[in-house]
Amino acid sequence: MNGSLMTPRVTLAVAGRVLTQIRRDHRTLAMLLVVPCVLITLLWWMFEDIPGDLFDRFGPGLLAMFPFVVMFLVTSVTTLRERSSGTLERLLTMPLGKLDFLLGYAIAFGLLAAAQSILAVAVSVGLLGLDVQGPVWLLGVVAVADAVLGTALGLLVSAFATTEFQAVQFMPAFVLPQILLCGLFVPREAMPDVLEAVSDVLPMSYAVDAMQELVGAADTAEVWRNVLVVAGFALGALALGAATLRRRTP
Amino acid sequence: MVKNVVEVRDLVVVRGEREVLPGISLDVSAGVTGLLGPSGCGKTTLMRCLVGAQRVRSGTAAVLGERAGSPPLRTRIGYVTQAASVYDDLTVAENLAFFARVLGVDRAQVDEAVAAVGLDDHRSQVVSRLSGGERSRASLAVALLGTPDLLVLDEPTVGLDPVLRRDLWDLFHRIADRGAAVLVSSHVMDEAERCHRLLLMREGRIIADGSPDEVRRSTGAPDIEQAFLHLVEGRGDAA
Repeated sequence: MNGSLMTPRVTLAVAGRVLTQIRRDHRTLAMLLVVPCVLITLLWWMFEDIPGDLFDRFGPGLLAMFPFVVMFLVTSVTTLRERSSGTLERLLTMPLGKLDFLLGYAIAFGLLAAAQSILAVAVSVGLLGLDVQGPVWLLGVVAVADAVLGTALGLLVSAFATTEFQAVQFMPAFVLPQILLCGLFVPREAMPDVLEAVSDVLPMSYAVDAMQELVGAADTAEVWRNVLVVAGFALGALALGAATLRRRTP
Repeated sequence: MVKNVVEVRDLVVVRGEREVLPGISLDVSAGVTGLLGPSGCGKTTLMRCLVGAQRVRSGTAAVLGERAGSPPLRTRIGYVTQAASVYDDLTVAENLAFFARVLGVDRAQVDEAVAAVGLDDHRSQVVSRLSGGERSRASLAVALLGTPDLLVLDEPTVGLDPVLRRDLWDLFHRIADRGAAVLVSSHVMDEAERCHRLLLMREGRIIADGSPDEVRRSTGAPDIEQAFLHLVEGRGDAA
């Protein structure tokens, strides 16, 4: 009844179009690329006079957070705009599969996150002396998985917002609890049992675990396990997101 | 050999508590058909049914022999919503190139569509910098891609100056001459004279159906606006 779920030509058309839109918006593009570098530098500077390797402890968590938070915000606002401007309705009357739309966005923002992470990691490792035990390229993989997760969740929540104001409010509602409970402030094992259980089912916990593992212990298998969990969450959110994309609306 | 491009039977649409279409039936054949009626009478809802964007409660809507909204129709119908459904941050050419790729249509058609709506001089301009009329023409150009057999246009001439309106109506007729069916909604009655056939709509029902001449004659009114008022106020004594 839905026709084909996806066609590579159409998926790539969506991805290419999203990237063109972002390329046109110089200010957003600059912020996407520069802000993470500035923030990670700020973190490093903050810890400068404190003995110990606090930057090595908090840096990876921040690197995991950027792609997730930024892509969550950007996606929820842009898809909401697609819904309200009528472009989504128009696309859904065309031979566009729901997955074309979702994967198109995921590909575009995944690529953007890769670029963002390459810069942030280059600054962290090259300039700020972040000590990465595992392979540095794997940081990029983790970052892209985080970004795709943020995109998938952003697509999902945009279905529940009717204004851009609401969409932005989903950030404190959905993202801040994950930041608090991801183990960055208090190790997850040290939290009250209930909160530990909650943090076990929040995707950000695994994203941060993956980064910390990669930077600290360098158990590559453990990193991949966490990445797979993040990817699983992303797929689940995309599937739910697909269910919110309706060709026929009331 | 009058073949119906659109066949709607007893279609019921309920939005919230309100029966927007309480069981409408109509046919649309090739040529330019005007769907006229006051704001809120259900024109947009009916059009959304034809493109498969509207959830319906009961009844049937068929387009080109297929159930409205079914996959084979998705390349054969051009649809323009009231709001200009194009990307504000892309140029006219980029918008069209994107939709052409989604439709699987040859790039050459992009130029044809841009020329058809008279936006050649603006093709490299970002849509947000265009005037309201230019934006709605960019949106119309998207609907022309792939030479659809049915064009569903929801108030495409609103807010345009008389010269542009005349040009667009000429375009609708050129498209119809090619054999396509063009369904244009409007609440501006003077546009009715430009249609081959009129469907007058009120509160989710068709209250008159025929050529502009027929509609006028059946009511004895001098123009469509008078005919419409006659029908609305003196219900039931018309054809």
